[in-house]
Amino acid sequence: MSENTQSYSAKGEVSNITKRRTRFERIKIAFSKAPLSAWFGMIVLSIYLIAAFFAPFIAPHGEAEVFPVAYAPWGGEHLLGTDQIGRDILSRLIFASRNTLGICFLACTIALFIGTIFGIIAAIDRSYIDQILSRSIDTLMAIPVMIFTFILLSVFGPSNLNLILILGVLESTRFFRISRSVAVGQVVLEYVEVAKLRGEKLSYIIFREILPNIASPLIVEFGVRFIFIIFTVSSLSFLGLGIQPPAADWAAMVRENAILIQYAQYDITAGLTPLIPAAIIALLALAINFVIDWYLYITSGLKDDIK
Amino acid sequence: MTSNNKKELLLEMKNIHIDGFSDERWHKILKGVDLNLYRGEILGLIGESGAGKSTMGKAAMGYTQPGCKIIKGEILFNGTDLAKLTEFEKRKIWGTKISYVAQSAAASFNPAHRLMDQTISAANRAKINPTEVLRKDAVQLYESLQLPDAENIGERYPHQVSGGQLQRIMTAMAMSPRPELIIFDEPTTALDVTTQVEVLSAMRSIVDKFNTAAIYITHDLAVVAQMADRIKVLRYGEEVEESETREMLSNPKEEYTKSLWSVRSLIKPEETNEDYMLSIKNIDAAYGSSKVLHNVSVNIPRGKTVAIVGESGSGKSTTARVITGLLPQTKGEIIFDGKKLSPKLEQRSKEELRRIQIIFQMPDTAMNPKQTVDEIIGRPIEFYHGVKGKEREAKVIELLKMIELDESFLDRLPSELSGGQKQRICIARALAANPDLIICDEVTSALDQIVQEGILKLLQKLQKDLGVTYIFITHDIATVKAISDEIVVMYQGEVVEQGLKSKILNPPHPDYTELLLSSVPEMDPDWLTNLLNKRSS
Repeated sequence: MSENTQSYSAKGEVSNITKRRTRFERIKIAFSKAPLSAWFGMIVLSIYLIAAFFAPFIAPHGEAEVFPVAYAPWGGEHLLGTDQIGRDILSRLIFASRNTLGICFLACTIALFIGTIFGIIAAIDRSYIDQILSRSIDTLMAIPVMIFTFILLSVFGPSNLNLILILGVLESTRFFRISRSVAVGQVVLEYVEVAKLRGEKLSYIIFREILPNIASPLIVEFGVRFIFIIFTVSSLSFLGLGIQPPAADWAAMVRENAILIQYAQYDITAGLTPLIPAAIIALLALAINFVIDWYLYITSGLKDDIK
Repeated sequence: MTSNNKKELLLEMKNIHIDGFSDERWHKILKGVDLNLYRGEILGLIGESGAGKSTMGKAAMGYTQPGCKIIKGEILFNGTDLAKLTEFEKRKIWGTKISYVAQSAAASFNPAHRLMDQTISAANRAKINPTEVLRKDAVQLYESLQLPDAENIGERYPHQVSGGQLQRIMTAMAMSPRPELIIFDEPTTALDVTTQVEVLSAMRSIVDKFNTAAIYITHDLAVVAQMADRIKVLRYGEEVEESETREMLSNPKEEYTKSLWSVRSLIKPEETNEDYMLSIKNIDAAYGSSKVLHNVSVNIPRGKTVAIVGESGSGKSTTARVITGLLPQTKGEIIFDGKKLSPKLEQRSKEELRRIQIIFQMPDTAMNPKQTVDEIIGRPIEFYHGVKGKEREAKVIELLKMIELDESFLDRLPSELSGGQKQRICIARALAANPDLIICDEVTSALDQIVQEGILKLLQKLQKDLGVTYIFITHDIATVKAISDEIVVMYQGEVVEQGLKSKILNPPHPDYTELLLSSVPEMDPDWLTNLLNKRSS
């Protein structure tokens, strides 16, 4: 009780009771407290990533290698049989992870990049530029993505590059909306004013001041949007407009082998063949969602609530 | 103030221990505090932030915030132990027998409902009286709280009345069920001094009228002196001392209690000169179509401190925004060190930007929460002086030493600093640019008294060592007395007067200055009574 003004020092002032931790320690704690669903998601995701990176080493056969027997049954040399022109289904499933994940990841990254930058610019400006950008995005959002993708793909031709660019631009609308609305709340804070008063360039303000503070909702949106792009690409592939043969794709494999379902009454494994790629897509969506939920839980401050 | 001749015990809190959960573990917030409150008595709870005074006030209702729990202790209200009641039983007492007035009235009202419905809702729910009777009673309460147009003000929505009025309506809301105990949790902290006086006198008279017991929580000793019969000082979750108000003010026992009004003891001899660092001439400025500054002219002498005072909405912060270029003026000119400054921020040179720095009121929002102290202070050094790497780090450490911190703070994030430390980092960031003029926009108003004193001393020392000029924007007259050479009084976007501190603070005053100065609470329990008598006569 006898502490008085003389013993006051700025250094010793009681700061936040939070213990100081390095970033590594914080990550370690987060992992050690990760729920079962998050672990499930992370393990599944890493299996997909391993499959995508090491496809040529894991797959028993080549991606477009044709064997003499079409629609071969499960077992033997072809663990999951062959498709309508005699390609090994297991190998194609593994190679497809490369194509689908790669294309969707690139498209999603482009969308994130375009959407976020324009979103923050609109938030900083809040005037003519904001109006022009926001209204153009509204217009773009008014057209269903699927139909617009069809039109653009038939105009430019269904190559992988076109697919990535078209989806990247069309899906950026959501990133624009989110980054703009979150950034608007940050732009008015004094630390952004301080940067402006210092005479900082626009790019510094966007990338160094605002972006780190709005990253969390954007990363979550990235995960969700990634799944939607996979669905879009899958739908396109199912219709024959997406990833082009001979490159393997899960959705295309569903379509190619769909006929086998009819034989399920004679051989149950044949009936399952077209469902496996569908299940793979579903499992991926589930895994990503689990991981995102966990990330959201950590970053949103929900964890501070008492259990 | 009420007399305690009845001395009937209403609330007795014994050996209260409360723990709070944060950062994965439990921390002690209250470490065994006792409290006794008699019927019709007002008890003041004071202490700096983190002292546990709000937790104590809430515990008096048997309530703890989410993440806190009562570990030990009894809360006897009329003989019942609130700590042992179920949520359902407590809810019968809350709002009817005990009510609560929160700090931020604006955040505590539901914006979608009319004020009248919210005022009587607790009493209505408890079916104390028919709705019609309650409405009539509420109007009477509004009248005794001196609200304008008491008949109809209840039909308005929260955004249609001012902050001071809202705070009084909240008092009416608390009073409507005629509780036996009211907890006031910093009810006037967010208000201007001129409004504070009205709210204080309204609250005091109504508590007196119904002989309600109250706990008044605040960090401002001068305010509590007007309200309370007894004062209890808390620090770090423990009681420092408790005594009758007069006794406490005239004869505090603990050093800590004395330090609570230490800012008021800082004095600075005034000096001035005719060499102006900055002069603004006949400035007009507007937000959109609403004009907020009218023909403002101010001169800032080199190496001195000019305080701009006025209540909120007087245009003092807007003046700062015009000087920095954030809000270009519509008329008039700014002369900085003999040269004209262009109104727009984009047209000013890097050198001009460097020489004028600003420190904001809320250090929490003035620093990027994702940047470390090193980045925050280092950036202006790198940006203006082109210093990088080791040299930059050395410079940052030098600045940290200047603000009485050290290199252990380099890799901390703003969230890992206390309020006073954050404000020091903001000062260091401004100094990093090596400026000639620093605008301090309410830099101490979010801080505790003892921390305020530290910051003000630091600013004075820096002025002496570096010769910087300050523009000090504040509504706190005690701060003005402590730091300024000259004072500018602003009211509704116009300059009322400018002059040396001694000239402005001593009569004769223009009417507005008189009102502003007389509204500053003093360390005298009779101050409010005397003031009201004087004003009404």
